[in-house]
Amino acid sequence: MKKQTAFENLIHGIFLVLGLITVGCVLLITLYLVVAGIPAIRKIGLRDFLFNPKWASTASEPSYGILPFILTSVYGTAGAILIGVPIGFLTSVYLAKLAPAKIRTAVSGAVSLLAGIPSVVYGLVGMMVLVPGIRGLFHIPDGASLFAAIIVLAIMILPSIINVSITALEAVPKEYEDASLALGATPVETYFKVSVPAAKSGIAAAVVLGVGRAIGEAMAVMMVSGNAPNLPELFGSVRFLTTAVASEMSYSGGLQRQALFSIALVLFLFIMLINAALNFFLKRSKE
Amino acid sequence: MMKKFLTLALAAVLAVSALAGCSSRQKGGTVSTDGSTSMEEVIGVLGEAFQGKYSGMTFTYNPTGSGSGIQAAKEGRCDIGLSSRSLKEEEKADGLTETVLANDGIAVIVNPKNEVGDLDVETIAKIYTGEITNWSELGGSDAEIVVIGREAGSGTRDGFESITGTEDACKYRQELTSTGDVITTVSQNPDAIGYASLAAVSDQVKALAVGGVSPSEETVKDGSYVIQRPFVLVTKDGTKLSDAAQKFFDFVTSDEAAPFISQAGAVPVK
Repeated sequence: MKKQTAFENLIHGIFLVLGLITVGCVLLITLYLVVAGIPAIRKIGLRDFLFNPKWASTASEPSYGILPFILTSVYGTAGAILIGVPIGFLTSVYLAKLAPAKIRTAVSGAVSLLAGIPSVVYGLVGMMVLVPGIRGLFHIPDGASLFAAIIVLAIMILPSIINVSITALEAVPKEYEDASLALGATPVETYFKVSVPAAKSGIAAAVVLGVGRAIGEAMAVMMVSGNAPNLPELFGSVRFLTTAVASEMSYSGGLQRQALFSIALVLFLFIMLINAALNFFLKRSKE
Repeated sequence: MMKKFLTLALAAVLAVSALAGCSSRQKGGTVSTDGSTSMEEVIGVLGEAFQGKYSGMTFTYNPTGSGSGIQAAKEGRCDIGLSSRSLKEEEKADGLTETVLANDGIAVIVNPKNEVGDLDVETIAKIYTGEITNWSELGGSDAEIVVIGREAGSGTRDGFESITGTEDACKYRQELTSTGDVITTVSQNPDAIGYASLAAVSDQVKALAVGGVSPSEETVKDGSYVIQRPFVLVTKDGTKLSDAAQKFFDFVTSDEAAPFISQAGAVPVK
């Protein structure tokens, strides 16, 4: 009996350690980002860093303003949500409530596949097909632009939006829908006036998850957005927070490198904010 | 019984291999290099060839940039510094010696559909600083010029901007992070202009003649193609290199190393 308790304790201990590894990683990354990101902000000045619209990190008189990156990330994410959410939401209503079993299996398979495609592949297809396409379609000199990045991001966030929304819609008690149908509402009326409102917290969580995915994406947008540090314009070349870090990191040194860590810190704060929002919605949907 | 035998055999093999490791390390040494990121490929290939020739030698390369490489050589933090520009007079006065290892041409590339085939350095500089914005001003079709470059800190960008005198003044439409990306983008856009290491240029794009001289291994070698830069080994006067470093220095400056330099895309001096 005693031996058994000891064994149980041992197993508990092992699990505890494994759990702590995850927590430790998060703490380590947070701590590192804060420690690495603060010095440059101190040197540059918080206001200058966040609100100066000029980034010229290797010029003889360097300027480290990340306003263009912040605005680009915000606009890019908003654009992706604007396009991706209606498509993703309606797809999930269709799949969860309306679609025949066969179509549902096929479409769900396609959605999972979309989720599994590496982001560099999205970028490559965007670079080879989308960018020249936008160039021809809109008669602009170069297709690599905020618009191209928005399209790529909108497609990339579809799987997370669809999957989480489907789960939320399926969790709506069948009695609600039955009651609505019994009162004479049509199925489509029932889905949009009963099921969707009942699942709204879950759907909001799906949107927030999409925002998180879009704002954190680097590889795919780097390949289609042109990467010039301009203030955002729909058909102009832009640089995101993520790509600002990724594109200059390999050759950077001194204050430039420190400033890149500060950008990462800003990005990290954005994502923390989004995660807090996500937790809020998920908690509400449980209640 | 069988298991025990296996364990024994394995232990024996391990012991022998460990011994073998020791014996080869005895005649070894370490060569440390530090500097230019543009020289990564050349120095990587040479390092491998060197280690292949002298077994047991350890070769290290620290990609920090030309400036830091020169500094490291001066302070003795590495055996040989690597720079993708010539030493300045004051650096030579500080007791540093340069040995040109190879030359690297930077090709100015356009889409194969572009009719323009020859520009001079001043015109290229004007395109990159935004003074000339339409191909029709250069005898091409009436289309806006799309200026493609590399990211801040890239050795190729640094080399191109310093030769054309456009430091901090370039107005890029796109800043891409690799040579391959630049070539792909230029091959996709008939109005684009970009620059890339000569070695990487393929049929997908057209390399412009600069001042009437097409870039090639010969024109880089005889200096008639002007957008080129030297790859330099930096050593300190009066400080004797370690045996290993001297062997490496002799190897990379010998005729034997030339094919490896060409293989890495640079033009050997010899």
